[in-house]
Amino acid sequence: MSADGAALGARLRERDLGAAPAALNLIESTAPGDREQAAALLRELSPAVLGGEAPAHVIGVTGPPGAGKSTLLSALLHAWRARGRTVAMLAVDPSSRRSGGSLLGDRARIDFDPADSGVLIRSTAAGERLGGLARATRAAAGALAGAFDVVVIETVGVGQAETEVAEVADTVAVVVQPGGGDVLQFLKAGIMEIPDVLVVTKADLGQIALRTRRDLSAALRSLGSSATQVLAVSSLPPASGVDELVDALEAHRAELDVAERRLAARRSAALTDFTIEHGEQGLRAIGGRAAAQATLGAADPGLDLAALVAMLERSMS
Amino acid sequence: MSGDHSPRLPERDRPWMMRTYAGHSTAKASNELYRRNLEKGQTGLSVAFDLPTQTGYDPDDELARGEVGKVGVPISHRGDMAALMHGIPLDEMNTSMTINATAAWLLALYIVAAEEQGVAEEQLQGTTQNDIIKEFLARGTYAFPPAPSMRLIADMIAYTVEHVPKWNPINICSYHLQEAGATPVQEIAYAMSNAIAVLDATRERLGERGREVMEQVFGRISFFVNAGVRFVEEHAKLRAMSILWEELGRERYDVQDARHLRFRYGVQVNSLGLTEAQPENNVQRIVLEALAVTLGRDARARAIQLPAWNEALGLPRPWDQQWSLRIQQVLAYETDILEYPDIFEGSKVMEGLVSELLDGARAEMAVVAEHGGAVEAVSYMKGALVDSHRERIRRIESGEQVVVGQNRFGESEDSPLTADAEGGILVVDPKLEAEQVEAVRSWRAERDQSAVDEALAALAAAARDADGAENLMIPTIAAARAGATTGEWSMTLREVFGSYRAPTGVGDAAAVAPDGELSELRAEVSRLQEKLGRRPKILVGKPGLDGHSNGAEQIAVRARDSGMDVVYEGIRLTPAQIAASALQEGVHVIGLSILSGSHRELIPAVIDALRDAGVTAPVVVGGIIPEQDVAPLREAGVAAVYTPKDFDITRIMRDIVELVGAGAGESSVVVGSAANGSA
Ligand code: B12
Ligand SMILES: Nc1nc2c(ncn2[C@@H]2O[C@H](COP(=O)(O)OP(=O)(O)O)[C@@H](O)[C@H]2O)c(=O)[nH]1
Ligand SMILES: [Mg+2]
Repeated sequence: MSADGAALGARLRERDLGAAPAALNLIESTAPGDREQAAALLRELSPAVLGGEAPAHVIGVTGPPGAGKSTLLSALLHAWRARGRTVAMLAVDPSSRRSGGSLLGDRARIDFDPADSGVLIRSTAAGERLGGLARATRAAAGALAGAFDVVVIETVGVGQAETEVAEVADTVAVVVQPGGGDVLQFLKAGIMEIPDVLVVTKADLGQIALRTRRDLSAALRSLGSSATQVLAVSSLPPASGVDELVDALEAHRAELDVAERRLAARRSAALTDFTIEHGEQGLRAIGGRAAAQATLGAADPGLDLAALVAMLERSMS
Repeated sequence: MSGDHSPRLPERDRPWMMRTYAGHSTAKASNELYRRNLEKGQTGLSVAFDLPTQTGYDPDDELARGEVGKVGVPISHRGDMAALMHGIPLDEMNTSMTINATAAWLLALYIVAAEEQGVAEEQLQGTTQNDIIKEFLARGTYAFPPAPSMRLIADMIAYTVEHVPKWNPINICSYHLQEAGATPVQEIAYAMSNAIAVLDATRERLGERGREVMEQVFGRISFFVNAGVRFVEEHAKLRAMSILWEELGRERYDVQDARHLRFRYGVQVNSLGLTEAQPENNVQRIVLEALAVTLGRDARARAIQLPAWNEALGLPRPWDQQWSLRIQQVLAYETDILEYPDIFEGSKVMEGLVSELLDGARAEMAVVAEHGGAVEAVSYMKGALVDSHRERIRRIESGEQVVVGQNRFGESEDSPLTADAEGGILVVDPKLEAEQVEAVRSWRAERDQSAVDEALAALAAAARDADGAENLMIPTIAAARAGATTGEWSMTLREVFGSYRAPTGVGDAAAVAPDGELSELRAEVSRLQEKLGRRPKILVGKPGLDGHSNGAEQIAVRARDSGMDVVYEGIRLTPAQIAASALQEGVHVIGLSILSGSHRELIPAVIDALRDAGVTAPVVVGGIIPEQDVAPLREAGVAAVYTPKDFDITRIMRDIVELVGAGAGESSVVVGSAANGSA
């Protein structure tokens, strides 16, 4: 039997964090009954019902494997909790095998107090994703944003991942480790969109970290984008640069027109989801990408993602 | 035959040092045990500490629950150390202490206990294990992050070279690596790389002085190795290690004196291969393994301790340990092995084996060096060990590697050896924990508190000093004298150094090639996924201070290879942490692994914590669980219990998938309702 989605959604809306694990079980499920309930849950947290955008700061943290993302999240978690923020973390783990199973290793890096009910850490396997960020992860972030102060999504990748995570996050932080040349090259070559914040981890390694930071700043300047902050952080004790990073993330959010960014993100995600579901053929059936964008652009800004996809589907017939 | 050509030595060699790894319950009880062992002809002491002492917690710490006095002796302060060594003349005794993260502290307590006996520190002889890299890789009793841990080691070496010259400040261990699944090549390569990291750190720490004393430092480094049942190859391994060691001394550290270049090692023979099934067969295995380290004179052990026949059942009783001591005595005093020069000299086979191992080890050492040395390569080496162990288990499951009595020749008569009520093992009285809690509290109440506060403040200041101007042994010995406790010493340093979780290595293990059985299971997991709406998700948890990770790692890797999503966070978690993870991750089943003997306290504690969190997913348990404890665990709500005789892990997985399937349809999180427990 499926859990009651509407009830869970209402609890999250009331910022009852205890409802989060059960809500995630529902959102991740592909069982038909669960999907219906999950839709009901998400409706309870749609901008229309909330009377505006969900209050959380949704942050995407992405970068190559081993860059130090999870360890950084551990340090950030403590900084946010010290400022009284409730925090949900969604770790999308790249490990996945032919067997379909996966070893979800990020959680082991994140040090948390089990008695602290203001924290939730959830791991999922990237293996389930079809094209974009796992459908469930996007939905999960959206739902948790109604209940927590900060929602973080950790994903792996360079060049593509930031774009995907931008479909859900208000702020995208790209994490690079010292000497990490990929990100620099991708930035220079324009393969990668310019992130909102760039973080160089493992600052304790010294010179090499400083050099990486300098190179990234120079690259950004030459791209005419000196607004993006580049920070060097050490996540291992004694940590350094973490508070500065928290400030930088907040500064980005403060500058942002959240409603506009979220709306654009929802519309872009709706198109992604529709295309995954119905293929290029489906896209042609609704008159192509531009027509779809126009349809979405005219939609009620209060609609949630599912409602936007449904709208596109209706225009197929 | 003329004297010159006699195949015999002019004089029979003296036997190696014989030890028994022992200690449990209390300092007083362990002291009595040691004195009896010495009366029986044992020639040195080998102290086993309990897990709280090894990880730096006092008996009254929340994390010590269920572990006090279990697998070793609890030593909280100089009073405990004095009781442990009572009536044992420390100027004559050679004491080996299996102590690592808290080695500096236990050495300080030993120095103070000697002082109280009127024995000066320069007279002391013995060994502190003090090898932290292998704790990160295999043994799990670490306390501080890598960098400050290496500083503590370097400080201890620097101090002992100067003030306790007959002490072996560190024992580089390859023993535990083999126990964690290492191949002979990995065992050699990782131990040597580890030694390099320690020597380099010490040289740097000694600065100017380093150039003068490096020769002595090198000469004080000894090894603690393993020997498995493939005893010919294992002997070759020891010969290869001594060649590499000498080479390293000459080339990297410019050591000239032949005495200092000698590869000195002690041994505990392989225990990983000792079985729960037909445990009497372990005696043969132990004897053969002992041959690996005694047969060839050129690579013979300095000190030996042997496990007991009932190794896989639980803790050995004094009688079981006596049997193992007698094995050594028969070997040394009845056989003729000590009458000859090296019997493998000139053997083509031995030479060939040695050069094969040397090639392999050099190549693997180069990989570690590429990672930036042993400290930086911990994560790489850990992954490699988990993968080797996965392969070892695969060979046993498939029958490629024969284990007599386990995967072959399984039929057996009933054993009279395990017929007693306790099943042939030592059971520590659980009431002792409460007594130790009381004892440490009254110790704290009766000492000069301001002296302790001052000493700990001085320790913190020395630790905080980034240049490390003062050797940490100095304030450590002062704190021991003042009456500080093990927990206080380590908490003081934890506050400065921070804490650390070692890598788990599981992410890097290769996927097993699916055989028929595994493919079938994957299909079953897919069907279950349909039914659940989500991929079956398992949390593998290790509650308590137990560092035995092999079982949990292999279960985690196989669960992945069966198609499940697996959350594994490594060792040393509290029941509350496990429950929080289970809840947040929305797992369908929880698998707990405990080998330290604290399952009677910790499993019910985890189940209570899960219930409080509202998690209803079933719980299964694996590890060293004596037969008589299975029923109480099931009553507490455990769905199934697995022990080493269940060596077919795919079969365990099938049970787990079935268990999850039986509960499918129910949601795994029900807020506020009681767990349904066993299925
Ligand atoms: C290997 C080993 C070690 C290695 C561990 C390496 C590692 N990283 O795991 C090393 C050398 C480090 C070690 C150290 C110690 N050891 Co030890 N060790 C063993 C040994 C020989 C084998 C255990 C093993 O790994 N087996 C292989 C794995 C794959 O098997 P397994 O864990 O049993 O798992 C199987 C089942 O039990 C089950 N299972 C296990 N977990 C789970 C979980 C789930 C979810 C499921 C479904 C099934 C399952 O399935 C597995 C497949 O068959 C045992 C004795 C023995 N022969 O069993 C002693 C033993 C466990 N050790 C013991 C002791 C005392 C210690 C020390 C505490 C000694 C000391 N005083 O310092 C230290 C400290 C370790 C620590 N930090 O806690 C005792 C425990 C006594 C007790 N329970 O009363 C034992 C029983 C030996 C003895 N008789 O004294 N040890
Ligand atoms: N020296 C140093 N190492 C770090 C730091 N942060 C992470 N690491 C190490 O980098 C490795 C990868 O970290 P992890 O957080 O798992 O990276 P992720 O894959 O990006 O999530 C681990 O061994 C960490 O201990 C740091 O600030 N300094
Ligand atoms: Mg990560």
